[in-house]
Amino acid sequence: MLHSFTIHRAAALLRAGEISATELTAAVLDRIYAVDNAVKAYLTLLPEVALAQAAAADAAIAAARAAGTLADLPILTGIPLAIKDVITVAGVRTTCGSKILESYIAPYQAAVVDRLAAAGAVILGKTNTDEFAMGSSTENSAYFTTHNPWNLDRVPGGSSGGSAAAVCADECLAALGSDTGGSVRQPAALCGVVGIKPTYGRVSRYGLVAYASSLDQIGPLAKDVTDAAILLGAVAGYDPRDSTSVDLPVPDYVGVRDQGAGDRGLHGLRIGVPREYFAPGMQAEVEGAVRAAVELMAELGAEVREVSLPHTDLALPVYYIIAPAEASANLARYDGIRYGLSAPADSLWEGYRRTRGQGFGAEVKRRIMLGTYALSAGYYDAYYLKAQQVRTLIKQDFELALQDVDVIACPTSPTTAFRIGEKVDDPLSMYLSDVFTLSLNLAGICGMSMPCGFDAAGLPIGLQLIAGAFAEATILRAAFAYEQATAWHKQKPAPG
Amino acid sequence: MTHYETIIGLEVHAQLLTESKMFCGCSADYADAAPNTHVCPVCMALPGVLPVINRAAVEKTIMAGLALNCTIAEEAVFARKNYHYADLPKGYQISQYELPFCRDGWIEVEAKVEAEVEAEAEAKRVGITRAHLEEDTGKLVHAGAHSLVDLNRAGVPLLEIVTEPDLRSPEEAHAYLTRLQQILRYLGVSSADMERGAMRCEANVSVRPVGVGEFGTKVEVKNLNSFKAVRQSLEYEVARQIALLEAGERVVQVTMGWDEANGRTVVQRTKESSADYRYFPEPDLPPLVVERAWVDAIAARLPELPDAKAARFVAEMGLDPREVAVLVADRAVANYFEAVVSAVRNPVSSRNRVSKYAPKTVANWITGELFRLMNAAGVGIDAVQITPAAFAELLALVDAGTINVNSARRALDGMFESGRRASDLVAELGLAQVSDAEALAGVVAEVLNRYPAEVASYRDGNEKLFGWLMGQVMRATRGKGNPAVVRELLDRALNVQR
Repeated sequence: MLHSFTIHRAAALLRAGEISATELTAAVLDRIYAVDNAVKAYLTLLPEVALAQAAAADAAIAAARAAGTLADLPILTGIPLAIKDVITVAGVRTTCGSKILESYIAPYQAAVVDRLAAAGAVILGKTNTDEFAMGSSTENSAYFTTHNPWNLDRVPGGSSGGSAAAVCADECLAALGSDTGGSVRQPAALCGVVGIKPTYGRVSRYGLVAYASSLDQIGPLAKDVTDAAILLGAVAGYDPRDSTSVDLPVPDYVGVRDQGAGDRGLHGLRIGVPREYFAPGMQAEVEGAVRAAVELMAELGAEVREVSLPHTDLALPVYYIIAPAEASANLARYDGIRYGLSAPADSLWEGYRRTRGQGFGAEVKRRIMLGTYALSAGYYDAYYLKAQQVRTLIKQDFELALQDVDVIACPTSPTTAFRIGEKVDDPLSMYLSDVFTLSLNLAGICGMSMPCGFDAAGLPIGLQLIAGAFAEATILRAAFAYEQATAWHKQKPAPG
Repeated sequence: MTHYETIIGLEVHAQLLTESKMFCGCSADYADAAPNTHVCPVCMALPGVLPVINRAAVEKTIMAGLALNCTIAEEAVFARKNYHYADLPKGYQISQYELPFCRDGWIEVEAKVEAEVEAEAEAKRVGITRAHLEEDTGKLVHAGAHSLVDLNRAGVPLLEIVTEPDLRSPEEAHAYLTRLQQILRYLGVSSADMERGAMRCEANVSVRPVGVGEFGTKVEVKNLNSFKAVRQSLEYEVARQIALLEAGERVVQVTMGWDEANGRTVVQRTKESSADYRYFPEPDLPPLVVERAWVDAIAARLPELPDAKAARFVAEMGLDPREVAVLVADRAVANYFEAVVSAVRNPVSSRNRVSKYAPKTVANWITGELFRLMNAAGVGIDAVQITPAAFAELLALVDAGTINVNSARRALDGMFESGRRASDLVAELGLAQVSDAEALAGVVAEVLNRYPAEVASYRDGNEKLFGWLMGQVMRATRGKGNPAVVRELLDRALNVQR
């Protein structure tokens, strides 16, 4: 059962010499071979690479043990992880879930992958995603849809659905995803795992294939809060190659666990519940589970009060102007000239038309058109500029609310995992799946989803915890305390 | 016939002389490099890469802005200019739109007043609307039915300088470009070499009947790759527009390209098909705050500009403004001139001391003799191997009467060729001037004996022959005779024997 380990448990056993990284990696690979035919979390598997990295980790552990420096060994040494396929790994195919990059092998790798490699982590493979991270179910992947391990007829959420499902089904110990409007938190909620959307600028975007540059952020998906804290700590930090990354020290995210532990509980922590986040139409079990979670945190000593985020209903329209506008430029580089799909044609323009016509899926084309329109002469002021102004109001909503409270608690998604195919023909209904998550990306602040219950169908429900810029540690403190008082994270599905 | 006024505005792109490209670490010095060797994931626009601003390019932009009397922005914003082309790897160019680094400047150019005979130069102020920083595109190489993409140039820093519609003739446009090139070169921010594509020009041209307040319909002319192309295309376009109006037709707003081979402008794009670049702020680059202290530090490093240098030469050295204009046209020449003047005034040894050699003489030697040698060899001042001190030594030898001017020219030829010292060449070539009256008297007597007819003619009143005889004596001394001594001896000989 090595594959079911958390990072912190495996790390302890690796240091104790009770397991080897090679055994651990082999066990996780076996788990993938056993369940991924049903779950379909991975787009690309790297068994040889992973086993070689595991052997190197075993050598590093042995050397550290001999030198008496085990304590200095990075905690991720020998830990098998999965990477969302919008993050580049040198020498490995990076498809972004798109046909246009089907054959593209990245010659350089993302800053986060450099950090993981430096920490001795093992990379198992690349996980499925909605094409260019545009979607909430992985149904927009050009390759296949990932299935929710809790119920294979359901979506895992998206766009980091491959990573969330892989963590949920024990096909990795933890994974990296990316979150532009909820793409880490929503699949974390739908798969019953922990997912963090760090503050914009906390994690380098260098090597993250851009969807919407001012909103994208890489974040961890993990089996529990401790693991999420470990992985966030490993990838966070300033990177001169990303001019939007911020040069602030990275706190000891795991260390804050102790602040919320034991008798001290959540005393002194102020939790706000935004009235706009319990809108009519949301699944009653989701509201019930989230309100119960807030009550439990109050019992743990937190002071709970209602807060207001008045511009909440504008977040979705604003997001669907700004994100597609940026995407329309970010995706212009896929022109069939330097890499990826290149459809033969007699002229440059015919080549663009064919390559992009054949290479992009419907949702990507929809967003490129939306964004191109929003930026066009005569429409810029009414759409893009207005959206940026409203974005400022949304940001101010959070700033104001977070003057009175430390953490905002609300649902991650209005429903639990929906059926595969249920929303594919109704983009607007699909967009509403992210209605509670995308305002954070617009505000640039941080948020997390963690399990807080199950609905009658046995599908997990996500609790979203939100804090101000660079206050990840505050969220983690609340999350640790809540997790210690509950057992939701210990429940496991039995896929396949 | 109606008289027309020409209205021209110029957009100039100048590549900045930085070590690396605008947003990545690739070398910006791609000249003569094999295609696609100065590239990396960033300038090839691979998925996932991000730009990082080149600080040196920003400094050079601010420096240019200060020299162009611009207001420097306190906060500058990069923007994406979206369009598809094979030489533009990202599908957008990172440029600047609403908040450029430099705005509202001006420079003065020598403009010729429209006059019939002798055009008199007069300073004219040309407004600079803005100067902003962007990245260059790659290059397409057309090979038969195929086009090949070379991305060595993609991402090289490019400074775009836009004028107000202040230029009133192709000559003024030419003068503006010349002055702009001179300033950019003085600053060392760009080679501003049009023939090598380091400086490129686009023009907006319109004409209107004199006295009419509104501008006429403007036509954009692109592909101006030389000073000659700028002048010729503008002359052509102005004439074309006037001919249209004279024929009762309208000028249509279009983008034209200059067809150098056929000497005419050709329509490239109509207004209806013009691109919508969908500019928006570059989300990968936060607004760049330009600290006042940074601008001040750059301003403090600003070199003396041509106008100031020229004014100083006139004021301090008493030189003629016309002569100064030649000296300051190239910063390196001006510096060389000043170095020679300085060496003349502060000789390394007393041997080189020059009393009467004023800056005027130094200027004459440089713009006359040195330029003659440089032109003949086809080299610039940078290739001249005569040090300012060596030049000063040569002038000191003339001043001391050791050699005459003719010999000095010959010595300079040798110095230019080999970089050797004047005194060595004088000794080796036997150029030292002969001032010995006894020796020269013999030569004079010899010449008078050889040309009795001419001597008789002179004595009969044909005084013009004095100069000719003088020349014969100098020739007999192989140019080394001291002209003053020769003149005196000849005069005495001719008049005594009369």
